[in-house]
Amino acid sequence: MWRYIVQRLIITIPVVVLVGVITFSLLQLAPGNPAAIIGGDEASPEQIAEIEHALGLDKPYFQQLGDFLGRMLRGDFGTSIFSQRPINQLIQPRLQPTLSLGVQVVILSTVLGVGMGMLSAWKAGTRIDRAVMVFAVLGFATPGFWLAILSIWVFAVNLGWFPVIGYSPLGDGLFQHLRSMFLPVVVNSYLGSALVMRISRSAMLEVLREDYIRTARAKGLRERVVFFIHVLRPSSIPIVTVVGATVGALATGFVLTETIFAIPGLGQMLVQAITRRDFPIIQAMLMVVAVTLIFVNLVVDIIYAYIDPRIRY
Amino acid sequence: MTNEHRANGRIELTQQAGSEHLLQVRNLRTHFFSPGAVVRAVDDVSFNLDEGETVGLVGESGCGKSVTALSLLRLIPNPPGRIVGGEIIFEDRDILKMEPSELQEIRGGRIGMIFQEPMTSLNPVLTIGRQLTEPLKLHLGMTSGQARSRAAELLELVGIPNADIRLRGFAHQFSGGQRQRIMIAIALSCNPKLLIADEATTALDVTIQAQILELMKNLTDQLGTALIIITHNLGIVARYADRVNVMYAGKIKETGTADEIYEEPRHPYTVGLLNSVPRLDLPTQGRLDPIPGEIPNLARLPEGCSFRDRCEYTVDRCESENPPAQLVQGDHYAACWEWERVKLPLEAGMEQP
Amino acid sequence: MAITFNPEDVAFARPLRERLRETWSSTIGALKRDPVLAGAVFVMLVGLFLVAFSPFLTRTDYTRPEPFLRLLAPSGDHWFGTDDTGRDIFDRVLVGTQISFLVGFSVTALSAIAGTAVGLVAGYNRILDNIIMRFVDALLAFPTILLALALIALWGPGLFNVIIALTITGTASKVRLVRSQVLSLRESTYVEASRVAGASSIRILVSHVMPNTLGIVIVLSTFTFASSILAEAGLSFLGVGVPTHIPSWGNIIANGQRHVQVAFWVSFFPGVFLTVTVLAVVLIGDALRDHLDPKLRGRLESTQRGDDE
Repeated sequence: MWRYIVQRLIITIPVVVLVGVITFSLLQLAPGNPAAIIGGDEASPEQIAEIEHALGLDKPYFQQLGDFLGRMLRGDFGTSIFSQRPINQLIQPRLQPTLSLGVQVVILSTVLGVGMGMLSAWKAGTRIDRAVMVFAVLGFATPGFWLAILSIWVFAVNLGWFPVIGYSPLGDGLFQHLRSMFLPVVVNSYLGSALVMRISRSAMLEVLREDYIRTARAKGLRERVVFFIHVLRPSSIPIVTVVGATVGALATGFVLTETIFAIPGLGQMLVQAITRRDFPIIQAMLMVVAVTLIFVNLVVDIIYAYIDPRIRY
Repeated sequence: MTNEHRANGRIELTQQAGSEHLLQVRNLRTHFFSPGAVVRAVDDVSFNLDEGETVGLVGESGCGKSVTALSLLRLIPNPPGRIVGGEIIFEDRDILKMEPSELQEIRGGRIGMIFQEPMTSLNPVLTIGRQLTEPLKLHLGMTSGQARSRAAELLELVGIPNADIRLRGFAHQFSGGQRQRIMIAIALSCNPKLLIADEATTALDVTIQAQILELMKNLTDQLGTALIIITHNLGIVARYADRVNVMYAGKIKETGTADEIYEEPRHPYTVGLLNSVPRLDLPTQGRLDPIPGEIPNLARLPEGCSFRDRCEYTVDRCESENPPAQLVQGDHYAACWEWERVKLPLEAGMEQP
Repeated sequence: MAITFNPEDVAFARPLRERLRETWSSTIGALKRDPVLAGAVFVMLVGLFLVAFSPFLTRTDYTRPEPFLRLLAPSGDHWFGTDDTGRDIFDRVLVGTQISFLVGFSVTALSAIAGTAVGLVAGYNRILDNIIMRFVDALLAFPTILLALALIALWGPGLFNVIIALTITGTASKVRLVRSQVLSLRESTYVEASRVAGASSIRILVSHVMPNTLGIVIVLSTFTFASSILAEAGLSFLGVGVPTHIPSWGNIIANGQRHVQVAFWVSFFPGVFLTVTVLAVVLIGDALRDHLDPKLRGRLESTQRGDDE
């Protein structure tokens, strides 16, 4: 088991380094002088030179790359061009809203997705099954930002159940916090659960056809035991995979959701940075998200080994 | 429940009903439904089984013998399959009328079952110990500790040493033969009255087949468990079964003691089956004759006898009327209009050119 | 659910005309059996019609602001209402089909071509394979929209840049798929056979392996199409996609977001069009996948046979 984990970890390292290289090199992909692009149309030559120097663009490529990777390794994301403050400082207050949103959405979308998928597989071929699948396909096709706007219109504007916008930090009390996050959490969870539902259903249907399920039934186990132990465990590998993949989709969703619901998180910071062409922040965000996703994949791999003994040995 | 099941005026294979039989299957019909077609996989099958008796259910692939076996425990996947009629009286109760909870007591508790594919019949992500202790806790009410030590005993009993360690293992760490031994251990764990072995050795090497069969036979003899062996291999049946039922196209075509079936088959299909396998008990044998033709499509069975297109004894009557079971003698029945003419050609083998 | 591209058909090349005829008749058969699929195909056909003819179907000048007609609710004159500069939303939504389909088709086609080419190379050359796959892994570590956002931040907004940015990530996922397909095909019997028969690597690659990756690339492409029109709408919504004066569904939704409290219809209708389009593409993709997945097909047949062994 440990050997397997270490193996996975070693495979991950070059990918992380490459992510760093790509993130850094994006700046070089810019047409013309990146400093001029960052400075914008009104920047004077002096300002551009200043940006060039601040970003180290006057140094040779590989030295810049080395510097960049070194800083990332130390967890130093550099300085924002717009506010001239260290990005680490800017990130800190924005972690809580995004993390809170993330944790809630991952939990809710997994529970919703696996639960509905299981229901659907159990009732395969019935009206319930079809209803769940329609619900899932719709969740897959609906643009999240549109659904977010609709949910504001229905639940905040018309019904008045939730604030239209406005974020309450955890410091305001758990209830206030959850209430202010309710709509973004539900919208993102629904979209996130759509794929989980479909994969859960098909994975379970696949396992239900296996010979060992017949064996379990022939032993006289109750359907509930058959389902929750003999079916759920073997089918959880594709489910875990898709939950992991959902985290990636969430990162996208958050950029849009935080903008719509005015949640002062990392996604909102990224959108602001893009309109201000604050490239160090964009790079920092890319690194944070990519490394998080790589980490999630690593966790997924480890869960595989926990679930499936054939991988472990 | 006496002598009234004369469905459509036919004589039944079952004789007097009563409690002397452990299992009575009567007019069992299991069909598979797909858009536009009904496959009559089991079509009016009846047979009996006494306590401690070993019965063989023989036939080619697709003749309905596995579906019969699965029907006994109501393990037919629905959809597409459904048991559409009949009775399965086990210990004086009809399995087909049982509530789910009663059925679950029977499954694994009173009737154990072993399947064809040892490689896929065990759950790959649960330990062998877990899979072996499950029925012990469920049916015998054992605690985890009791179940654990009983499971170890069972594993030793079926010939897997180091049971304590192996119980913590997973299916992929065992060979095919070992997995089938584990399946036997699971099936016999609760001292069932009946063990159903559905092609239990087909997927194994020949040498291992013999070991597994011996093990199964020995254990069922020791425990007084009745055994239904489902196989396409007449050799296995000849060696281990007391009685034999020969199935074809969803129906039992001939039934009798193993000796009767082997020495004096009275159905052309049985004769064909015997002719297509090598026999060691007869001195001379010209050549192996496969039965000509193919199994008919079970979704479009013609009127009359389902074997008539492959049969050399066909008479006009076979076209229009499906032959019911005809009494040959004692408990020996053959579902053929012309059974009196049917003979094993090998006895007169020399006459043939 | 039979539609196009059965791998066996491609492998043992039969006359093209015969194959097309079969494909056509099996497609019609599938549509007759599955009304939902038929609906999805109909939606796509309407979409294509709008791409070609929507500018001729408009009843107003959908680019000119009409200050006196701001945020009108849907009515006989303005079926979907008007936006905050008084432009007719129905007309804008119709014309917006062009942008969505343009992005969808461009990204799908470009990434399919690039992805297949690179994937074939990766699957056939071990040294390049390692380099390409590590790079692909790294690229796929970035969510599509994030990478697109970063690129657009540098290149500036605009239709072309949106297409290129989305193509890059779309390509990475296809490289991975095509490569894995190539690796398994390389071991297949008929590739083995043609190698024994003395065919060159390039020839095997082009005439045996490539046709067999086509089906699975097409299935994935439906997904690319769906996700790229969603991504374009998202980018436009954030104001970094298509310039705001151009009617794209994302732009119209963004316009409505500011007025959701008084005029939900501005955002509502373009979102419905977007959802229905994506839905149609996803359903078509599902049908194609069901048709291509031999495992699933085999299973369906075995249940129909109702056999016991």
